[in-house]
Formats: sequence, structure tokens, C-alpha cells
Amino acid sequence: MRSCRRLLSELKLWTSGRSKWTRGLNEGLGGSGKAFLSTSSCPKVCIVGSGPAGFYTAQHLIKARQDVEVDIYERLPVPFGLVRFGVAPDHPEVKNVINTFTQTAKHSRCSFYGNVNVGKDVTVDELQGAYHAVVLSYGAEGNRRMGVPGEDLPGVYSAKDFVGWYNGLPSCRELKPDLSCETAVILGQGNVALDVARILLSPLDILKKTDITQPALEALAESRVQKVLIVGRRGPMQVACTIKELREMVNLPGTRPEMVTADFEGVSEALKDVPRPRKRLTELLLKTALDAPGDKELERRRNAAKVWGFRFYRSPTEILADPGRSRTAGIRLAVNRLEGSGDAARAVLTGEVEDVSCGLVISSIGYKSLPIDPAVPFDSHRAVMPNSVGRVHQAPGLYCSGWLKTGPTGVIATTMNNSFDTARSLLEDMDSGALDVSPAKPGSQEVSSLLEKRGVRPVTFSDWEKIDSLETRRGDACGKPREKLLSVEEMLKVARA
Amino acid sequence: MAAAAAARSSMGLTLRFSRVIPDCRSCPLYRLKGCVDNTAGSQRRGSFDSLRTINRHLQTSICLSQAEEGSSNAEDPDDVDNGQHLRVNVVYIDRSGKRIPVKAKVGDNILYLAHKHGIDLEGACEASLACSTCHVYVNSAHLDKLPEPEEREDDMLDMAPMLQENSRLGCQIILTPDLDGIELTLPKVTRNFYVDGHVPKPH
Repeated sequence: MRSCRRLLSELKLWTSGRSKWTRGLNEGLGGSGKAFLSTSSCPKVCIVGSGPAGFYTAQHLIKARQDVEVDIYERLPVPFGLVRFGVAPDHPEVKNVINTFTQTAKHSRCSFYGNVNVGKDVTVDELQGAYHAVVLSYGAEGNRRMGVPGEDLPGVYSAKDFVGWYNGLPSCRELKPDLSCETAVILGQGNVALDVARILLSPLDILKKTDITQPALEALAESRVQKVLIVGRRGPMQVACTIKELREMVNLPGTRPEMVTADFEGVSEALKDVPRPRKRLTELLLKTALDAPGDKELERRRNAAKVWGFRFYRSPTEILADPGRSRTAGIRLAVNRLEGSGDAARAVLTGEVEDVSCGLVISSIGYKSLPIDPAVPFDSHRAVMPNSVGRVHQAPGLYCSGWLKTGPTGVIATTMNNSFDTARSLLEDMDSGALDVSPAKPGSQEVSSLLEKRGVRPVTFSDWEKIDSLETRRGDACGKPREKLLSVEEMLKVARA
Repeated sequence: MAAAAAARSSMGLTLRFSRVIPDCRSCPLYRLKGCVDNTAGSQRRGSFDSLRTINRHLQTSICLSQAEEGSSNAEDPDDVDNGQHLRVNVVYIDRSGKRIPVKAKVGDNILYLAHKHGIDLEGACEASLACSTCHVYVNSAHLDKLPEPEEREDDMLDMAPMLQENSRLGCQIILTPDLDGIELTLPKVTRNFYVDGHVPKPH
């Protein structure tokens, strides 16, 4: 009798903490814990794209409501989007966000389905049928064209493809950029342009300890590029890069800056009332371009074999070919002047042109979203999905987040806030009834059976972990954080093992 | 022991014990040595002698942060009398304006303290000065008591939306006794950053 009562009181002690504990248990378990709590009447959300936008939207939804289940679909077998394929190899701390995303993916109410091409393997319409809401966050995989003659000559690449190449994006594997020339010209002055310049000029010693791909490392070891010009159509006060990246260029070992003094006329006077971020950035730029360096820096510059510099007030008008028209030999640049000031300043042609010899041209003038499915609204002029705070226009149940929503600018933090906004809109709609979550929806069960019929085998998060583990092990063997698999075939082989 | 076993089986969870253990390596507290159990290292992961220990491990994971109330962990070592002088009182003001008082101690990191108490301060780069997601406003009485930000922190702060004179990165604020009473306000992130005709921002 007494032992029974003791048992009961022990149980009461356990049960009082149980709700917290079992919630904790479910949060802690991976996919195996799902069936434990999931019922068919809970709200089911589908997210297309597993980059920062997809994961931050999922994170916010899961945290906000205890009953929401989120499935993330990704075209590649591997998750994380631009965190894996866009962030520069020598910026590993920026990739720490992967740990947060991993926790979200392993949450009991979240599932990852890689190797699923939405728009081809399954339509958005079918997803809307299976889920209460669909959030499109597939980013911007296209790029803005310069629209000048010679753009398709060998030796001209988009920054998107160049970055994809050194970061192991499977579709950029065959890029094989020609690095045998002395001068490279980069069009655009944002952080992507600076990343490209930095990777082109970084000492091999630094690069070989990063997760840059082996083929890129080998190509860069053979590179003869000694001078990189980073060209923008407006002036020093309109550069789109940020101070951290500029500082990295200024401090890049083995390199020295070389700029045109005349480009900076009137700039320091204009700095008085400028907001802090722009002021600090411009001050660093002025110092680098104009100030006489101290003895130590002077010595360092004298010993530096490689040169980099910004060139301002120049727009590309033509890529010039060699006599045989077989490769890039130079670029023709129109000279601009500025009308207006600050962010709103406009570049206006003066009629003058200037030719620069170079063998490598990289255009870093912006990524661009593409339509995924003809049935889904898309603003092809602005290349975004028409929306209000993430709610896609004239498409109930459809939402968007990330670059697809706002255009391809912003760092991870910007995308995070943007994704939280979309999640909030979705949650508001669930609460208000604008989104009816009462009828049960089949969710991934229906989509999985559709995919099976079509011969598509999704890659689960634990399958990705096999890839992750192999890449990390291969990296360990050569002093790198990871040695990336470079083709979808290889990835799938490892995932299925 | 028997009661514990009976309780476990009553919840139908006996066999799943070993899978409750989270992978400490992915938790920022482990990496920053902010986790109490980090000192024990990997041997802890293999053997748990009480459910309470497991609960504390789960509490350190970001996933669980929303389930917690404001009070600090009962197992906190400085609840013992002679730890009183290490106590620092901190107030977080969350994005809805709600005041959340928190009992902390000297040496605590503002970012991870927030995580421990379920306050939604992101730390995307895990305190490595590579993002601005832990941006907070510091109350004027304590702002000047903080050491000057290093150049790298200022560089990242420049990227934070709604930068103010009293902006700092939470991951760089380590509590000292003279920061007792410090108040940290989370910036209200505006809806709809980009309206038609937006000006491109750097990326």
C-alpha cells in the first residue's frame, strides 16, 4: 500500500514536469519523434527553398505555434542555399548560421526534402493542395545581363557563376575560367565584387585552408592575374560594398591599392552630414586612396606584387575581342558624370570613352529571381514576386520570403528580418481565419506519393548529414573545413549509401 | 530507482533515452564554453544519471528557448550563498516593449543570456563579429560603462538597421559588477522594409 502511494506521488512529481519535459523531448528528437505528436489536423506549411530565407521562415513559424508543421523542399540534394554557395570561403564565421538552421531542420515539426525540383517534379498548385500554406523562398538564381556587345566572349563571366564555381555549385562546375591574363576587370562595387577581387588576389596559403573547391584552388595556383580593377558607374560615395569587405581588401597580404586621385574630388567635403555607416566607409576609402602611407605600410606596398583599385564613373559599353575574335582582350568604358548626390545620384554619359586592356571580365551587377511556375504571379520587370509583407498578390495561401520577395540585396541579417515578417503575416492570417487551417491537409504524405510515382527520391536531412560527414572527413585530410562534393550525382550516391 | 523506472515506462519512453541526448557540438553555448556541462565534455553525452541533467541539456538548445520562463536555472551554481556578490540584474525589453528582468552573473554574455531566457535575440554568426543580428540598444546609465567597441564591432554595427547612438552588439557585452541594472532593448524591426522604389542596400 505504502509503496503504491509513493509510486503515485513520484508519478505526480514526474507529470508536473512532464509537459515541459515531453515538449523538450520532442524538440530534441529528430524525425523519429514526429509521429509521437503529429495529428492530421495541425496547420501544415510548405517552404520552397532551403537557404536563409526558407530556414528563418521555418524557424519563426515553429517557435510561434506549437502545432505548426513545416516541410522544406530544396532542388539540390544539399541544403543552405547561398550560405553554402554564396558566402566566400574565407568568411567561415558567416556560415555559423548553419548550426541554427540545422537545429531547425532536426526539430520534430520540421522536415527537409532535398532533390525535389518544385515546378518540375511537383507543381506549386499541387503543393497548395497538400498544404495550408506555401512559402516560396527560392531566391535569385539568374543574373542581370550587362546587355553589351561581346558579353558572350570567352573570358566574360557573371560574378554569380564565378562565385558558384569556387564555391562548388554543381551547375558551375564546368566554368573553367581563364586566369592566364594579367588584368581582370570587375563591373560592380558591391560585396560580391569585393569577394571576387579578394579571391582572385588572396595568397594561396590563406585560400588552401578554406572550403574553396579543389579545382578552384588549382586554377588559382596557376593564375597570372596581378591587377584587379573594380569598376562602378557612379562615384566613391555610391559604392555598395560595406566597410568590413573594404578593410579586408586594404589589409590583403601581398597586395597594394592604386586609385585615381581625381575620382575623389569633393568627396571629403560632402561627408559632413552623412549617416555613420556611409561616413566610416568613405573615410576608409579616402584614406586608402589618398593618404600617404606610414613607413611600415609604404614598405609593405613596395613589396606587394599584386594591385587592386576602384575605378569610378565608368559604365561598360562593349567587350573588346582579340584580332581572332576568340577571347576577351579589353573593355570599352563610357565615362560618366554624376547628377544629384547620395544614394539617389545618377550616372549620366559624357560622351567620352576609355579602353582598358584585360583578359578577364566579371560582371557583378546583381542576381535576379526567375519565375518557378507559370501559374504563380511574377513581376518580370522587377524580377520579384508581387507581394505585400510576404503575402503574394492575388494568390491566397501563397507567401514569399527572402530575395524573391524584396529583390537580391541584403546580408543574412536582412533576409532574416524579411523572413520573420513573412512568417508573421502567415501567422496573422492563421489567427484571423484569412487562412483557414481547420480542414485537415495531407502535407508531405501526399507529396511523397506523387514524387514516388514520378520516380523522384527526396534526400532527407539525415541523408544530407552523410554528405556533410564525408565532406568534413575529406576536408580533415587536407587541412580544410570540408572538401565539397561537386556534382549532384556524387551527392546522391553518398546520400543513398 | 524502481519508481523512476516505473515513471519512465509510464511515459512509454524507456527505450528512447539514448536518443534524447542532443549533439552538443552544434550548440553555441558548448562552443563558447557557456554550457555548464561543457567541462565534462563528451563523456556526459554517453551517460545520464538523472532526467534533470537531460532537461538542462535540452534547455541549452535554441529549439527549446521559447518554452522557458524568465527565471534562471534552479541548478545555477551561484544560488549558493557565497555566490551573491557575482549577481548582476539585467532587464531585457523585448520587441513588443515587454520588460523581462533576468538574474545573471558576472561573466555572462548578453546574447547567450538572452537565449537561456527565451528572449528572441538572434546570434546568426555565434558571436564572431560577422553579423549584426544581436543588435541591442543599451540604456544611457550603463552605456558609458561598457568598454569602447573594437573596430570590427563598429563595422558590423554599421550594417544594423535602425542604428542609434546607444547601439551595441549583444554578443560583445560581458557582464561586470558595475553593469548591475543594465537594460537592453531589442530594436523593433519594421515591417515592409522595402516598398516600391526601394534603394538597393549592400549585400
